[in-house]
Amino acid sequence: MIPAAFDYQKPKTVDEAIAALSGSNSKILAGGHSLLPAMKLRLSQPSKLVDINGISALKGIKEEDGEIVIGAASTHADIAGDRIIKSKLAFFSEGALLIGDVQVRNHGTIGGSLAHADPASDWPALVLAADGAIEVQGKNGKRRIKATDFFTGLFSTALQENEIIIAVRVPVPPEGTKATYQKLSHPASRFAIVGCAVVRFADGKTNIAFTGVADHAFRASNTETAVSGKAINEDVIATATNTAVQGVIFLSDHHASAEYRKHLTKVYLKKALQVIT
Amino acid sequence: MSIKITVTVNGVKHTDKVEPRLLLVHYLRDVLRLTGTHVGCDTSGCGACTILVNGKATKSCTMLAVQADKAKVTTIEGIASNGELHPLQEGFNQCHGLQCGFCTPGIIMTACDLLKNNKKPSEEEIRVALEGNFCRCTGYENIVKSIQYAADKMSAPKARKTKKEATV
Repeated sequence: MIPAAFDYQKPKTVDEAIAALSGSNSKILAGGHSLLPAMKLRLSQPSKLVDINGISALKGIKEEDGEIVIGAASTHADIAGDRIIKSKLAFFSEGALLIGDVQVRNHGTIGGSLAHADPASDWPALVLAADGAIEVQGKNGKRRIKATDFFTGLFSTALQENEIIIAVRVPVPPEGTKATYQKLSHPASRFAIVGCAVVRFADGKTNIAFTGVADHAFRASNTETAVSGKAINEDVIATATNTAVQGVIFLSDHHASAEYRKHLTKVYLKKALQVIT
Repeated sequence: MSIKITVTVNGVKHTDKVEPRLLLVHYLRDVLRLTGTHVGCDTSGCGACTILVNGKATKSCTMLAVQADKAKVTTIEGIASNGELHPLQEGFNQCHGLQCGFCTPGIIMTACDLLKNNKKPSEEEIRVALEGNFCRCTGYENIVKSIQYAADKMSAPKARKTKKEATV
């Protein structure tokens, strides 16, 4: 399958990339592992691709002012193998290794995954649970979007036209924080049929995020209230799992019916809560 | 629109003008005539088109040729040296690691990436590394054995020498 013809530019800086995007129907090419398959099927026909892989400022992972800063063009493999991530945000490393396969992890990027906002992708749940923020840059400069404000619908985000994700910023979890990501992977694609990320701080405050469940990843705030500050026992888990499925419009497709996803939501929340107990 | 790219493939520099929409796998097969890299599913599922780009296993059906500008690419044609098969090729031969052979180049290139980072992978590690490669003939048993054969051979040269010296 061959994509429709397009122009190609490979800028060296974020400013050049933003300038290159202006005009109609341009798309950013990061890892290309969602975009190129869509273009081959002609579901997407951009007139220009702006390849951001020549922008060194978008690469690398560092710790800065109490935050871990992950460059948007970091691949899943870069993140999985990074020392800072392994020591301070280990569940990001574990989560990254559950994405796709070796070849996909070698090219797919965290920024691309967040911008694409596939309802079954893993990074949204992980970044949401970690209280992360998405740093973007556009014509009017930089701004930060909290992960909780970022995902707005099916393949939809708060990114505005000609804005580029430049980094993901996650507060360094304080000592005593426990975190896990539990996921039922689709057997072929490894996308999440249901994914549940839980971060529990030493004081008992608990963040819970789901992906794969609804049209976009989300924080389960009522469930968080049911769990936060409480010792996790069977009763709390039962209340939490019942709360988690209230008011959710479950996805239903040929991989899993809404009823099955509802069941899996309970199962994977329970697994995650048991792991961090 | 066509763009000039320079790609080093199996140690040989190639400069060509290509359309941005030309996929890397088609560049390799149709422009350079390196047809050892196969197109299977063409949707980045099956891994038949796996090559190494700057040493990393890559599905070449999901990468544009223009993205490989200035990169070092290794395909199945580039892993034998001085007329001697690569230990992985020898392993697939010795352990009957293929039947129809269509998936084999991709699997060998994925295994190259694995063995570079993990000299002595366990059976489970090999199976996890092959998640992105489909074989519809073998049931994977002999593929795993072939990769283990190569891992043993690649990590054993010193031991072999000692043995040889001992017999001499």
